[in-house]
Amino acid sequence: MAVFLQQLVNGISLGSVYALFALGFTLVFGVLEIINLAHPAVLAVGALLAYTLLVDAKAGLALAVAGACAGGGLLGLLLDAVAFRPLRLRGASRLSSLITSIGIALILVNLAQIVWGTEPLSYPPGTVPLRFFTAGPVTVSLLQGVVLATVIALMIGLRLLLVRTRLGLAIRAVAENPQTASLLGMPFDRVVAFTFFLSSALGAVAGVLVGMLFQGSVSPFMGNTYGLKGLAAIILGGMGDITGAVLGGLVMGIGEVMIVQYLNSSYRDAVAFGLLFLVLVLRPTGLLGQQRSREA
Amino acid sequence: MGAISDLYAAYSTLVLFAGVAALLALSIYVTLMAGQLSLGNAALATIGGYTAAILTKTYHAALWPALFAGALLATAVAILIGIPCLRLRGIYLAIATLAFGEVVRVAALNMTITGGALGLVGIAPLVSFPHIYGALAVAAFFFYRLERSRTGRAFAAIREDEAAAQAMGIRVTTYKVLAFAIAGFIAGLAGGLSVHFTYLINPAQASFGEAVTILTYAVFGGTGTFAGPILGGMVLTVLPEALRFLKEYRLLLDGAILVLVTTYLPNGVLDPLLRRLRPREALAGGTRRHRRA
Repeated sequence: MAVFLQQLVNGISLGSVYALFALGFTLVFGVLEIINLAHPAVLAVGALLAYTLLVDAKAGLALAVAGACAGGGLLGLLLDAVAFRPLRLRGASRLSSLITSIGIALILVNLAQIVWGTEPLSYPPGTVPLRFFTAGPVTVSLLQGVVLATVIALMIGLRLLLVRTRLGLAIRAVAENPQTASLLGMPFDRVVAFTFFLSSALGAVAGVLVGMLFQGSVSPFMGNTYGLKGLAAIILGGMGDITGAVLGGLVMGIGEVMIVQYLNSSYRDAVAFGLLFLVLVLRPTGLLGQQRSREA
Repeated sequence: MGAISDLYAAYSTLVLFAGVAALLALSIYVTLMAGQLSLGNAALATIGGYTAAILTKTYHAALWPALFAGALLATAVAILIGIPCLRLRGIYLAIATLAFGEVVRVAALNMTITGGALGLVGIAPLVSFPHIYGALAVAAFFFYRLERSRTGRAFAAIREDEAAAQAMGIRVTTYKVLAFAIAGFIAGLAGGLSVHFTYLINPAQASFGEAVTILTYAVFGGTGTFAGPILGGMVLTVLPEALRFLKEYRLLLDGAILVLVTTYLPNGVLDPLLRRLRPREALAGGTRRHRRA
């Protein structure tokens, strides 16, 4: 039982990072119904930006996270302007945006390679002091605490933004029905651009958290594994659903940790994606998704 | 003549890769014809590749039986995957098939018969130009006929409007599974062919990146007719070599080409060429494009 509880904590801290990353995917999908495959590259660039801030600029962790967040957000704006807006103006198919986002991902990863090299990097030791808190049988490291606190704070912030502000209202209106929202005077393009800003900022922070959790994980290619896991998380939760993305991320994180603990570590990813496949076939709306036709 | 054969000697592997890429692009094209975006083709090719490699390497089977066995196994798997996936469309189908690819990759990583993470090496060099371009020619002829056949028209009808196709008495389920089966066969064959001139296969060949690359071939060339994917596969295989002088900026240009072609030539690079050659026919083909994928 002690092992189970401990692994549950580990799973939640890993899952919260997946959730944060998946939120970015699901925000864009909710508004535009497209999958932004450049999102994993944004995660990598965010983590690398924070690396530069931490190592070269000797900045503190908070500043590094903030810098990655802002940098990721700006990248998101650029992404929309280069890859998605031109296609929207032409009324192109969603398949086309999938492809342009792949193209942008290639460009970003290649640029990151030129700037930061291909060697895996680690954040300097002691970025988060190595300290542990024990509560009964469960030990939580300060690092896990910081990760969880960051994710929870960002989620509450996102929630407030979407529910309490006019901007959030505009995003939700556009997500509900772009035509009607435009007719009612919502500035569609600006709302979409802001959605990309938000989505990419969250993705960049997720990258920093991954870099903090795992030594030697920061590299231009680090997005690859997270791309598929983020997709799995939003499918599990129901595409375009914010709560669902969080839940899906947590299920993925806890599931992976438990599979490694109780089954076989090498089949970890196969089980995750096998599950994803089953969810898609048996309950295509995801765990929380509403019953509606799954046409995209 | 000497110069040309020298040139071929230097680039023969690239020519073979281009042929395989064209076959893989055709395998994704056939499902696109029926309006299904399936990204499992890299995994299907891997299944075909492993099967053929194991048969020739361990069991000393002859090349063509081994290739057919690989292609048939990939077909069977494609049908097995295709049937439950019929409920899914668009992005959802794409993700389900990506998940399938990931399962194949991890399975190959963990099985002993596939050689684990290292994969299989030292596969006999049995495949050369005639095999690949023979297969490609047959496939191209097959697609030329298919597009003009009852089946091809049924695919197009399903792609344009599934409900209407069903109302007109087209067996949507049968045709969708058929499209998956053809895709599986071609991908499996391409996988088997490629391992016998690269001499190795490993689980990475079923990865997300490979799946996406294959889709890129088809979209780059254009999915209006079968010549598009063939052209796309070949150009995008040769292009990185031709741009080798750009060194580390090469992928940058690849990415830029993808963005620019998709944005400004939404029907692929072949379409404007066709329009110039045969203005009227290409215009008539204007209704046959994928707007809904």
